[in-house]
Parts: sequence; C-alpha cells; structure tokens
Amino acid sequence: MKTPTIKQDMLVMLIFSVVILTMPLWLEPLGANYPDLLQKFAIFGIFAVGYNILFGLTGYLSFGHAAFLGIGSYTAVWSLKLLTMNILPALLFSVLMSGLFALLIGFITLRRSGIYFSILTLAFAQMFYNLAYSVLTPITNGETGLQLARDDARVIDRLFSEAGEGLPSTDFFGLAMSGYSGFYICAVLLIIAFFISQRIFHSPFGTKLRAIKSNQTRMKYTGYSTRPYLLTAFVISGMYAGLAGGLMAATDPLAGAERMQWTASGEVVLMTILGGVGTLIGPLLGVGIIKYFENIFSALNEQALHQAFAFMPDWLANIMVFLTSPFVGEGWHLTLGALFVLIVVFLPGGIMQGIDLIKKRFSSPSKNSKTEHTSSEARLEKAPENGQ
Amino acid sequence: MSNTILEINDVQKSFGGLKALSDLNLKIEEGKVHAIIGPNGAGKSTMLNVCIGQLAPDSGTVTFNGENMIGKAPHEINQAGISRVFQTPEIFPDLSLLQNVMIPAFAKREGAFKMNIFRSLSNESDVQDEACQILTDIGLIGQLHTNAGSLSRGDKRRLELAMCLVQHPKLLLLDEPTAGMARHDTNKTIDLLMKIKEGGMTKIIIEHDMHVVFSVADHISVLAQGTIIASGTPDEIKGSPKVQEAYLGGAHL
Repeated sequence: MKTPTIKQDMLVMLIFSVVILTMPLWLEPLGANYPDLLQKFAIFGIFAVGYNILFGLTGYLSFGHAAFLGIGSYTAVWSLKLLTMNILPALLFSVLMSGLFALLIGFITLRRSGIYFSILTLAFAQMFYNLAYSVLTPITNGETGLQLARDDARVIDRLFSEAGEGLPSTDFFGLAMSGYSGFYICAVLLIIAFFISQRIFHSPFGTKLRAIKSNQTRMKYTGYSTRPYLLTAFVISGMYAGLAGGLMAATDPLAGAERMQWTASGEVVLMTILGGVGTLIGPLLGVGIIKYFENIFSALNEQALHQAFAFMPDWLANIMVFLTSPFVGEGWHLTLGALFVLIVVFLPGGIMQGIDLIKKRFSSPSKNSKTEHTSSEARLEKAPENGQ
Repeated sequence: MSNTILEINDVQKSFGGLKALSDLNLKIEEGKVHAIIGPNGAGKSTMLNVCIGQLAPDSGTVTFNGENMIGKAPHEINQAGISRVFQTPEIFPDLSLLQNVMIPAFAKREGAFKMNIFRSLSNESDVQDEACQILTDIGLIGQLHTNAGSLSRGDKRRLELAMCLVQHPKLLLLDEPTAGMARHDTNKTIDLLMKIKEGGMTKIIIEHDMHVVFSVADHISVLAQGTIIASGTPDEIKGSPKVQEAYLGGAHL
C-alpha cells in the first residue's frame, strides 16, 4: 500500500481523461453510446466518486445522500428560472446550497457513528423527500416537479435579449447541454471531480480520513479532533452530490422529489460497493454496470434473445431463451441482484478486488514464490515470540 | 530537585460499588522514568485512563505542566504533550507501517485539524524521513509498506511505541510495553527505552516484568487497591517489607 507519486497520479489522470472522453467511441459496440445514457454515466459518476470520499475513506455509511442530489437539482432549476439559462451559475449555486445543507446535516448526524449515523442520514433524506411533497410545495412544486416556464424571470438573460417563443434550452456559453456537447461538459466535470478525489485520496488529509476509518480511538489519542475531519469529508461529498443533482437539472430541466427517495440513496451505496469501496476507480465501474443494466439490459426482449441464440438448433435455442428470459427485460433487477450477491459474497472488495486478484495471478510466478519465501521466513522469525 | 511535570491530587474513581482509585496522589518528576507496579486490579490502567482523558475521575485533579487536564478532550491532552501506549496495541491496521507513523507525526506538526487536500503524501519527505528514522530505531524498517494489521502482536506493540515516540511527547505513558514479547525483544525494548531516556522525555511505565522495571526506572511507586502504598528509588522499593507483602509476595528479585 504505497502512496503513488505525483507522476504516477498524473499518468492515471491522463489515461482516465482519454478513456472518459472517448466513451462515445468504445461504448458503440455495447449499444450504449447515445448521449442521454452517456450523460447519465458521467453525472452518476460524479455522484459516486463524491460518495466514495465519505464512505470509502471514513467508513461512514450515509443512507441519505440523495437529499443533496435533490437539493442540487431544485437549486439549479431555480437558477435557470430566475437568473439565466446558462448552467454555470446553476451549478455553482447547486454546489453551494448542497454544501450548506451538508454542513447542517453533517453537524447533527456525525455526533453518532455506525448504524445510528446511517439511520440519522436516512431520516433526514426521507424528511426532505416528504417535505418536498407537502410543506415545501411552493419551492418544489410538489408532485408535478419544478419545471421551466416561458414567462420565468431569468433576469440576466433579459438584459441581453427578449424572451423568445417557446421554452429556452440550457447551455454553457452557447454550448448546448443536450446531445454530445452536453455529454462532453459532464465528462469534463467528471474528470475534474475525479482529479480532486484523487488528490484527496493521496493527500495527508485523505490518509487521516482512512486512519479514522481504521481506528478512530487511536486517532483521538494521537491528537486529532476527528469531528472536523468527518464533517469536511461529509460536506465535500455533499457538494459532489449537489453538482450531480445540478447537472441532472442542467441536462433535463425538471426537478422532482423522487430524486431524493431512499432508493436513490441506496443506489449510490450499491454502485460504490459493487465497484469497490475506498478505491478510486471502483465506484465508477459500479456506476457503469448499474446504469448499463438499467438502460440496455432492461431493453432486451425475447426477440433479441432469439437472435442471440440463433446459432443453436431451434429446440436448444428455445430452452436457452426460456432459461434466460427472466433475467433480461423487466427482469434486469434479478440479474443485477444476483450479481450484487455474488460480488459481496465472493469479492467483498468489489470488482476492484477481482481485478487485483487477476493481476496477482498473472504477475510473474518467480516474483510470487519470492514473496512467499520471505513471508514464511518472517513467520519463522516470529514463531518463538508467539510461543511465549 | 527537578520540576514536577504531572501531579495527581486526591483522585477518586469508582465503578459502581468498586473503588478503583481512592485518594490517589502522585507526583512525576520531569525527565525521570517512573514505574508504577502493583497487583492486578490495583488501578494502574485506570490511573492512566484518567490521565489521558479516557475516564473522568469522580473527584480530584490532574495537573500537567501547570495546566489542569480534567475535562479536556483526549486530543487536547495529546496536543499538550502526553502520548500513550495501550495495553492492547491501538494502531491503524488498514494502513501501512509508514502511514501509521506518519499520522502521529502530522498531528505533532499540524495540530488537531488541518485541511491539506492538495499536497501529496508522497511529497512529504520531511515527515517520511522522520517516520523512517523511528522505524529504523524500533527495527521495523524492513516492512515499511506492509499493512500494520498483518504484524505479530509484539511488532504491533513496537509499532505503537514508534507512533508515540515520533511525537516527541513531554510525557510518555507505557502500559505494559513488553507484555507478550520474547526475552530477546524485551531486551531490545529496554535498550530503546534507555536510549530515549537520554532525550529527557518523562515516562510513566506500568510493567509486571521486574527485570524491565529495575532496568529502566529511576523511581518506583507501588499501587494497591487504588492508592499508592510505597514510593521510592528501586533500591528502597526492593527493601520495603510492605511492598514485599502487598505485591511481590516474596518473589526473588
């Protein structure tokens, strides 16, 4: 567990940027390169990367992060309604607003740890969810969801031009937020978000967060006030969620309360665990898999299966279609659930642990035997000590 | 006579009906190695717990360097200059040995809270060198990047000692630092303790191994049933019949 040098980190960033920016190319064979889905990959990527800063580094399992997603969305839509259709102020306000709420919620919930912390965060998120439907309807527009209207104030836009016919669309200084340009804006933000997360992971601050996860008692007797560290991590991850929520509203200017429901909070937990808690890339793999299942796998029907098994004799193909059909289409949850169970049981470290295992298997055998040798030597050395 | 660095006055602590500490009075002189011995359940660990803010006493005061320590949070007490080695090693099992030692070094340099997100851990060569120096002294330099959780119990103890030493505390509390160690390792630890003794660090050491106690201690206090029954130089303690009766039980020294 050696901390990578700056050079190694920069190399990772370079590869990461290339992989993300070329997503429309390499996702084509998988049938997942349409802009809507690509945007979702990037947006949920930001959400999961931020969530991992809290859960992965400090071990505090928040079940209420969707609240910040919702707060970000509502704030962004209000900015689009009142100020301008440019997404820059919308995103800035989403990040700030969710950061403020994270500060408040974190201040209260971080007084407890473990399951109590999880329940407290869940309670807050559900509270926001229900308030959005009831007391806060003037702000959230209740069940209809907060939408743009033609006669919104948009004071900044009005300085430059009259209100046009029909609904205006969101943009970033002229770049449309729909289609591929929208994806590239989200992708650049994801790369920045990932970069910040990488810096946190490999900074003294991030190491201290991991030390808190490892042994909070020792941390206190080592002279650290752990609460401010946890609160900072909580606020940062809340701001990431706010950015993701803001981007959701920027790509599709409609904010509904269902974004804050506990299932949405649970989804990001699943993504993180599936990919690998506390690893840099893991949560993004989790996002990719879950969003792929949700959007592509769920669209497979029996016809597609018949095509896939067309190379088999008819009777065998029919059996195969019969066996596999419950797992695709509307049954995609079943496949995902089974996959999740398998991963958690056999690879508690998520997909990243699996990748590590494969790496070890394929690294040179001579090196492996050498490490085994030294470790057995070390054991021999320690043997008399343990015997005491 | 040198300065008193730690003063425990009339400290009382009960757990339900059990009186763990009753009218405990103790003065620790600066720069000395002060050993606390006593039978099991005499209140030795409770005393340390009170000193580091883990337990609040029912009454009495603990003064460190002229400052009242009662009611302070554990991290404030550490920042004031008290570090402790626990009876069961408290380390960071998921971090590497190097990181285990770097974390306390950062606490010493940067205080209780610092947000340094845009510095890379691999660029902190000052702290790294300091940590490596201590790990060399303690004999664990060969396993710099292994996870601390995979160490043997004896090595974990040594690592914890390194984590305390890297902070250069004014007062080091050692709760049975050699328990579970082989004689060879015990001697190494004694050597190390003697070495840091020259650095002028004050130490309180709780120990059952009389070989260790009489090798390192300048001053010994005997604790029995929550109160100090005898205090003096190693020779005085060896000769005291009261101590022989209460604790040593005629054990040959």
